[in-house]
Amino acid sequence: MQSQATYNYKVVRQFSIMTVVWGIVGMLVGVIIAAQLVWPALNLSGAGEWFHFGRLRPLHTNAVIFAFGGCALFATSYFVVQRTCHTTLFAPALASFTFWGWQLTIVLAAITLPLGYTSGKEYAELEWPIDILITLVWVSYAIVFFGTIVKRKVSHIYVANWFFGGFILTVALLHLVNSAAVPVSFWKSYSAYAGAQDAMIQWWYGHNAVGFFLTAGFLGMMYYFVPKQADRPVYSYRLSVVHFWALIFTYMWAGPHHLHYTALPDWTQSVGMLFSLILLAPSWGGMINGIMTLSGAWHKLRTDPILKFLIVSLSFYGMSTFEGPMMSIKTVNALSHYTDWTVGHVHSGALGWVAMISIGSMYYLIPRMYGKTEMYSVGLITTHFWIATIGIVLYIASMWIAGVMQGLMWRATNPDGTLTYSFIESVKASYPFWTIRLVGGLLFLFGMLIMFYNMVKTIAGQKAYDAPVLAPAAAHA
Amino acid sequence: MADFVSGFWNVYVIGLVVLSLLFCLFILVSNNKREAGPVELHGHVWDENLAEYNNPLPRWWLYLFWITLVFSIVYLALYPGLGNVKGILGWTSIGQYEAEQARAADRYGPIFAKYREMDVAAVASDPDAQGMGQRLFLTYCAQCHGSDARGAKGFPNLADSSWQWGGEPEAIRATITDGRMGAMIPFGATLGPDGVKDVANYVRSLSGLAHDSLRAQRGAEAFQQNCVACHGADAKGMAALGAPDLTDENWLWGSSEAVIVETITHGRMNRMPGFGEFLGQDKVHLLTAYVWGLSNKPSR
Repeated sequence: MQSQATYNYKVVRQFSIMTVVWGIVGMLVGVIIAAQLVWPALNLSGAGEWFHFGRLRPLHTNAVIFAFGGCALFATSYFVVQRTCHTTLFAPALASFTFWGWQLTIVLAAITLPLGYTSGKEYAELEWPIDILITLVWVSYAIVFFGTIVKRKVSHIYVANWFFGGFILTVALLHLVNSAAVPVSFWKSYSAYAGAQDAMIQWWYGHNAVGFFLTAGFLGMMYYFVPKQADRPVYSYRLSVVHFWALIFTYMWAGPHHLHYTALPDWTQSVGMLFSLILLAPSWGGMINGIMTLSGAWHKLRTDPILKFLIVSLSFYGMSTFEGPMMSIKTVNALSHYTDWTVGHVHSGALGWVAMISIGSMYYLIPRMYGKTEMYSVGLITTHFWIATIGIVLYIASMWIAGVMQGLMWRATNPDGTLTYSFIESVKASYPFWTIRLVGGLLFLFGMLIMFYNMVKTIAGQKAYDAPVLAPAAAHA
Repeated sequence: MADFVSGFWNVYVIGLVVLSLLFCLFILVSNNKREAGPVELHGHVWDENLAEYNNPLPRWWLYLFWITLVFSIVYLALYPGLGNVKGILGWTSIGQYEAEQARAADRYGPIFAKYREMDVAAVASDPDAQGMGQRLFLTYCAQCHGSDARGAKGFPNLADSSWQWGGEPEAIRATITDGRMGAMIPFGATLGPDGVKDVANYVRSLSGLAHDSLRAQRGAEAFQQNCVACHGADAKGMAALGAPDLTDENWLWGSSEAVIVETITHGRMNRMPGFGEFLGQDKVHLLTAYVWGLSNKPSR
């Protein structure tokens, strides 16, 4: 029976549009700080400390991870959970609160970070009043998402929802534990932990933010939009079970690889390294399941730029989840740590995987929010794809070379044991690569502007559309 | 030294690590079935057309997973990882660090030691020693004093002939070995804003900089009452306290009236860290000669 009820697309629409907007803002700040490394005068010291690299860098990371990535996750999870549960969102008022609460969080971050209010914890810089707001939004998110799962009209929970659910639960845990702090004033607090324990908690949080926010959540996205766009069944249910549970069990341990050769106890470093290595296979399980879903439909890659985005994102996912375990090996880490190699690694994941899968999903989602099946211009999607891909390649390749060069320069010694290069010489040698990186970032940002134009043209003159709730396939109700 | 406050946490950590590994093994083994015949759809359909094949786990992927698990189990037997269990190799990071330090001391120690008996002037005229001194300087000193040793605001120029703490070889050696703590007391409260301005004008007059002579006159009196204890009646400073000479044209923080007013009002705190323990006497000796040589032409 085709019921009269419609899916709640309003909140999906809102989050989708803001994904593109915050993507442009966050990447613009990224381009600005990349330019500051090439031309330090752009720190605008004359105007005050507000535009310094140190103030803008956390603004960039927060904007791209939590504003761009966060909005993409909200939009797609709300869309996917409704459609695969064949029901409307649970507690629509709460869903609406998550949208406005999340936007408020982002705006507060954009104000407080340049002003210098920070807890000093990487990727968790926001001060305690904002942390409380995040907690409220996140609990509401969990209620809406799991409430919708509970009232589903099908017996089995679709695989994408396992990943979204795992991501929502774990991020709640990570945020609560790592942000525990003692406030001393409205905009200043001190961590509840001290010394090596504080560092360990921070990187337990930091790496699981990568594992659950930037990986599990986006795998949820992958498991819906890849089979949908390819119009093929997922490659292997069994593989999805194995890699889901293995991923959940092992990611939790990987944090200490951020603290190799520090005051962290030896056993912690060993365990962090080993579980990072073990993570290689579970991560690749997701890549295989996504890419192999296309088997029998490879020809679609030639003509469909959305599939290009989705499949190339999986290739970058595979590449950076190979690179990550390698970098967590202590002897490799001794070379790579503190260099631009790490920055390149993060961006092959962030631009190649997270941004590209989000962009591909948004190109699927946005027209459907307005009763269409295609964007205003498919040609512009293709243009966006090639510009973004070239941008990423320039970014990653320059950071690889710069990183390995820095690592080798820092450890080079003369016959008398003194260092061959002073630190400033390694900085000087990095300038050409920082310039190439800036070009790569500019290209990626330019691609987002094309997307914005395409989105505006798609939406212009169209009425918002809420699709009717579908009855489950007969045999599966 | 145990890493845990009680034996419970040791067991807890071992238990969790082993459980996580066993779980990975379990999930691999329990999903290793390979049915004969064509691959079937799993049987559920969502959202019109979402379905799943049930392909077996790819063999190469399975082997990859097994290899990382076996590697981890072997590694945990050899290295510390399971709580307080030391590992068969007895490796520790502090042990590795100490071994590398000892190896470096054996290998490079003699290269530096051979200058130990030469006096600073002789070392300063030895090109090999000066090269090493410069490399040490670029690693340990350039961050504050600059690659050319000409300093920056708040960090003294080492290439000129003006010395706060004395420019004799032994004074330089003492500075590098133990560091220095230079404190200029704040006088804002004692002198008041107007008084501070007077003294600043007097200080500028000492080195012939433009100044308000009426203020300078008043400032001279205040200077005699408040500043001479450290800077001396002739304002030529006192090396024992690190009080700078105010009559020359070298300025650690700057010579504009505004900066001098700031210095007098709020005082200054300068800290040179000590490098004696970290570098050892032989390297300090080379650095002393290098720094001394910057402003003393070695006789050759």
